[in-house]
Amino acid sequence: MSKISKDQVKHVANLARLSITEDEAEKYSEQLSAIIDFSEQLNELDTTDVEPTTHVLDMKNVLRKDEPKDWITKEEALKNAPDKENGQFRVPSILE
Amino acid sequence: MSLFDYTIKELQDQLNNKEITVTDLVQEAYNQIKATDDEVQAFLTLNEEEALEKAKALDEAGVDANQFPLFGMPIGIKDNIVTKGIRTTCASQILSNLEDPLYDATVVSKLKDAKAVNIGKLNMDEFAMGSSTENSSMKTTRNPWNTDYVPGGSSGGSAASVAAGQVPFALGSDTGGSVRQPASYCGVVGMKPTYGRVSRFGLVAFASSLDQIGPITRTVEDNARILEVIAGQDEMDSTSANVEAPQYSDALTGDVKGLKIAVPKEYFREGVDEKVKESVREALKTLEEQGAEWEEVSLPHSKYAVATYYMIASSEASANLARFDGVRYGKRSENAKDMMDMFKMSRSEGFGEEVKRRIMLGTFALSSGYYDAYYKKAQQVRTLIKQDFDQIFEEYDVVIGPTAPTTAFKVGEKIDDPLTMYANDIITIPVNLAGVPGISVPCGFHPDNQMPIGLQIIGKHFDESTVYRVAHAYEQAAGYYKEKPQLGGAK
Repeated sequence: MSKISKDQVKHVANLARLSITEDEAEKYSEQLSAIIDFSEQLNELDTTDVEPTTHVLDMKNVLRKDEPKDWITKEEALKNAPDKENGQFRVPSILE
Repeated sequence: MSLFDYTIKELQDQLNNKEITVTDLVQEAYNQIKATDDEVQAFLTLNEEEALEKAKALDEAGVDANQFPLFGMPIGIKDNIVTKGIRTTCASQILSNLEDPLYDATVVSKLKDAKAVNIGKLNMDEFAMGSSTENSSMKTTRNPWNTDYVPGGSSGGSAASVAAGQVPFALGSDTGGSVRQPASYCGVVGMKPTYGRVSRFGLVAFASSLDQIGPITRTVEDNARILEVIAGQDEMDSTSANVEAPQYSDALTGDVKGLKIAVPKEYFREGVDEKVKESVREALKTLEEQGAEWEEVSLPHSKYAVATYYMIASSEASANLARFDGVRYGKRSENAKDMMDMFKMSRSEGFGEEVKRRIMLGTFALSSGYYDAYYKKAQQVRTLIKQDFDQIFEEYDVVIGPTAPTTAFKVGEKIDDPLTMYANDIITIPVNLAGVPGISVPCGFHPDNQMPIGLQIIGKHFDESTVYRVAHAYEQAAGYYKEKPQLGGAK
């Protein structure tokens, strides 16, 4: 019995912006279910009053001055782009 | 004898006495790579031309090598650490065309300032996800002690290269054991510093609350010398801590008298190889003879660490890897018709199987309706695991156990079974979850397969000095660092 159905897998793949085949959906359904099953062991622990760890060190509000400085130029930023035009990143059409 | 059998200190003395040149050192690295990398397959990109030019410039500068902590020292860099102008791929197809990165990671700038010479970029599991380096989309690195075996992972290229004597030092990154476990499998020294000790700026993020960069070296002394160069707060990484980094090499006094060692019984339970346990007990005896005391303790939540880790690390990875979208850099699918298609196809074509599996798991764990049950639950258990360490460190100076439950396994042996592969990291993972420092030091060879075994020494937050002191005292007494694999000979 799979905990995560093929339909759920397809939904998650869409959220993750991955395209998957039917075969992959089947495979991920099995593998993710196995990993989720394995993680069910965490439910043995009562964590009702336990604070979740968001940071292992006690650091808060680390700020520096917001000052402009020389960093990469627009030309450099575009240098590794798969496609560009007029100093901008170019992508396929978004609207019909 | 190779030049790389000497320590950094010894090599700098030789440079100062004009017995060798920086060019000799850099040339030695490329000679060794040419002689052994067909077998080991550690490097993805070589930086030969630039490195030799830099060596020449350093030789001509004629300065006192002692002015710069790593003057002329050849170093290899894991390929998830960004190097300006040198291809950086994370061993992933999605970045395989990133020939000309725009900036240096902070650790790379610091190495440059210390006058180290970057020899090239080292293989790894794709995006550091794996324990064998078999998840690289580029090549399969082999263990120099026996090339039928994996080098461990994910910093398998870094550990194998140092073990093979191609470079005297390398940088790796450790999210759940990725420096320590390959160091253990390859019989070298690997340190995961305290979370926040080393800037992560320019380390391609896998799991941001766990990732740390750490050195891989032949000796503890060299390891301490590399860490003292790369440690410290960085305004480019808000999680790097405002805690002064000491000269770690000053801590190597050899004195462990009265040191209190905690030995968690959970690190010796079922699944840990008997001979590995024996080697670790032998190491404890060695430390005892030097005046340290050890006691068995319990870290009761250890057994939950692997499940906790895979929820947290995969969740963070799913968010971090969202940046690879085919828009600004990296590969874009040729077949996409519209924008959504471009995202999905670029990512599906560009990521390997393990990376996709973890993105899927993380996206699921963070998705609406499941967040509390999986992600938040794991973050709560993380607190319990951290508290286990906090309590132990009120009474003890270090925690000691094996680095990995077994020695290296054979190439292909575990690759089809994610959960078995994940179990490899059972003793290294709690250290990342708690954010404390841990080192792996060679502590013997398995009598059945003659592969190296690693001893793990774990310390308090920001107390790398004590970890190094214990590791060094043990290493010098045990002497395994003198053993080297035979490569390039008849088999």
